[in-house]
Amino acid sequence: MSESSAVAHAEHHREGFVRHYLFSLDHKMIGRQFLFSGLAMMVIGGLLAMMVRWQLGYPEQPMPFTGLFSEEFWEGGSWFAQGAPYGVITSEFYNSLFTMHATIMIFFVVMPIMVGAFGNFLIPIGIGAGDMAFPTLNMLSFWTSVPAMILMVLSFFVPGGAAGGGWTSYAPLAAVPDYAGVAGPWGVNLWLISLFILGFSSLMGSINYITTIINMRAPGMTWFRLPLFIWSLFIVAILLLLALPVLTSGLAMMFFDRVFGTHFFLPEGGGEPLLWQHIFWFFGHPEVYILVLPAMGVTSEILPVFSRKPIFGYHAMVFSMIAIAFLSWVVWGHHMFQSGMNPQLGTAFTLTTMMIAIPSAIKTFNWLGTLWGGSIRFTTPMLFAVGFVFLFTIGGLSGIFMGSMAVDIFIHDTYYIVAHIHYVVAGIIFGIFAAIYYWFPKMFGRMMSEGLGKLHFFLTFVFFNMTFFPMHFLGVGGHMRRIYNPNQYEFLEGFAGMNEFITVSALLLGASQIFFGINFIWSLFWGRRAERNPWQANTLEWDAPSPPPHGNFEVTPTVYRGPYEYSVPEVQEDYLPQSRYLEVAAGGGH
Amino acid sequence: MFDMLRWLPERASTYAGEIDTLFYIIYYITGFVFLLVTVLLIWFLIQFRYKPGRPAVYSHGNTALELVWTATPAAVFIILFLISQSTWAKVKQFAPISDTEVRLIAKQFAWEFHYPGPDGKFDTEDDFQQDGELHVPVNKPVRLYMQGTDVIHSFFVPVLRLKQDVLPGREILAWFEATKTGRFEIPCAELCGPGHSGMKGWLTVHSAEDYAAWLQEQQS
Repeated sequence: MSESSAVAHAEHHREGFVRHYLFSLDHKMIGRQFLFSGLAMMVIGGLLAMMVRWQLGYPEQPMPFTGLFSEEFWEGGSWFAQGAPYGVITSEFYNSLFTMHATIMIFFVVMPIMVGAFGNFLIPIGIGAGDMAFPTLNMLSFWTSVPAMILMVLSFFVPGGAAGGGWTSYAPLAAVPDYAGVAGPWGVNLWLISLFILGFSSLMGSINYITTIINMRAPGMTWFRLPLFIWSLFIVAILLLLALPVLTSGLAMMFFDRVFGTHFFLPEGGGEPLLWQHIFWFFGHPEVYILVLPAMGVTSEILPVFSRKPIFGYHAMVFSMIAIAFLSWVVWGHHMFQSGMNPQLGTAFTLTTMMIAIPSAIKTFNWLGTLWGGSIRFTTPMLFAVGFVFLFTIGGLSGIFMGSMAVDIFIHDTYYIVAHIHYVVAGIIFGIFAAIYYWFPKMFGRMMSEGLGKLHFFLTFVFFNMTFFPMHFLGVGGHMRRIYNPNQYEFLEGFAGMNEFITVSALLLGASQIFFGINFIWSLFWGRRAERNPWQANTLEWDAPSPPPHGNFEVTPTVYRGPYEYSVPEVQEDYLPQSRYLEVAAGGGH
Repeated sequence: MFDMLRWLPERASTYAGEIDTLFYIIYYITGFVFLLVTVLLIWFLIQFRYKPGRPAVYSHGNTALELVWTATPAAVFIILFLISQSTWAKVKQFAPISDTEVRLIAKQFAWEFHYPGPDGKFDTEDDFQQDGELHVPVNKPVRLYMQGTDVIHSFFVPVLRLKQDVLPGREILAWFEATKTGRFEIPCAELCGPGHSGMKGWLTVHSAEDYAAWLQEQQS
């Protein structure tokens, strides 16, 4: 299949603009489409976060730029003039802001970039195939995500504004339009429809990924010669296949409750509000690993390349990811310790939650073991990968606090949780940046600027920690999440200064991303031309030209060894590509 | 480095100390691991940075080391689970018998507290209601019967270290025994709509005599 499709692709190489740039069947173009749409949504999601932070740091004061708008604008009744009259965010708009920030960042930034962009781009090249198993399905997967994206953004403009029930949209608040207290039901309705559509996009993608990885590996590419990033995507595709339909069903049930008068989640008709939470988190916890496993995979890919050393414990890395995937199905209740479910369940879910921390600990220590004895090059992708390890360590350790159901009684629904999720999920953005800086030469055939990249890293790293670390202190002080104005509480009076500090840091964190934008766009057009293998890495994508042509490889590669054979004593160079044939097979390999 | 836990609110219930002790135990363990990982990370990055002529070590790992860092966290996590369990059961599973019983009705965006009155029974003539004000005696267990009416709210008293969601359609029992007199805020901790922020009440913990006097006043 892989060879014949490569040949078939090579034959109809010439195609029109629409076929090439819009409805492309080429996995690489689809990957780039996911990358661009994801980055565009990241700008929106980031701006929403800036507004959330503004309200918390400077409650009910006009936002800085809003003084520029005319009187007519504020009288005009546009969505923004209603949500933030004269620049002052209303509590309804505030609820929409944090709801949409989380929804966009999780569903329209991290998933499309990590799984959509890099999954698409790298799975076929990384396993030595010419394209995905189902190129048309692949194209449909992207184009199904576009209406979902448009509907989600459009929901800001409907009467009553975008959904404001939190990204978790707990019933009955989100299941009954009247409880939201806004002018119309369409914010949440569109939220449900958008994610419902997106569910089909990810379903198509996951089936494609699984089929491709099982069936289309190049000769010699055994399971234990697969790069760890491909392993992570394989496991994520299985989680997506099984978890997303659960959410999709729940979304449909909630839509029925809202529009057709059913009572799945409404007690007055015999329904059960906790049912929504069980459905949501049964999807939601595997979802967390859907987000983080690819970032772990990227890190496992980049650390060996720039340490010039094999990954420490390849098999342990694979088995710990598999363990995480299995355990991720039995930990969802730790989001619900205080929800009113039977407290005995809390005991069971604490035990499973503690267990899932073990494979995460193994991975962290194995990354450290990879660095030990290396010959470390501090390139931009390496800095971001090491940054991810550091942030994931904090995010993983802070998770142990709420993993203990007793400590969770106090810190549940406080800023401690907000700190934790951002160290993990916003930490994944470090994985995304590492991946972009690392694979940009392969994707676009040009190098990104190292100087701007390092500047971007240092500013992002410093302001990230200045933004999210103090949130632990807020949480320890009992500061609730999702509150509009902390000044309404006497016990939070002492935190006004810290909230302001966090807001200033967050604005600077946002501003630092300008350096990434400049670097990305500039390098796209004027970056130095990339050679085939600029990082002297071993995996198959570096065998293909930069950027790879239709069909990827001139000749289907044959794989002779594992992906991390760096500094093998028997060879002259400090790397040994998977596809290079040696008379005497060097090293242990896999 | 940072004494994070100095930001904890004061403790004013019998189980607050136990929860904080667990908090401290996990804080010290995770703090130690954090420092260990950070020191190793920085040390390795400096020690093993690229130097011309010094190749990287060719090694695929070390099974003994991996077993150590699998078994050690596993042991620590099981211990954390075991010591958390007794506190959890005390707070959430075994509410002591008490003659101070209050019914909490949560609604957008207020707490209503209903007292059973002199006959000690709810839903009788002598019940009385307090909007946003929960009055209890110090050093006496209090049983709270929580009922929701519209959306989910969460009853949170930081100084008591008590948080419990209140659900429409069912009654949930919570309990606490306050150990300090004073007035403490009761925020809602679960997003409940546009008025979520600012939805709060007050807990007043009286001395035994003051509580008797307050009860007398309400019932007369």
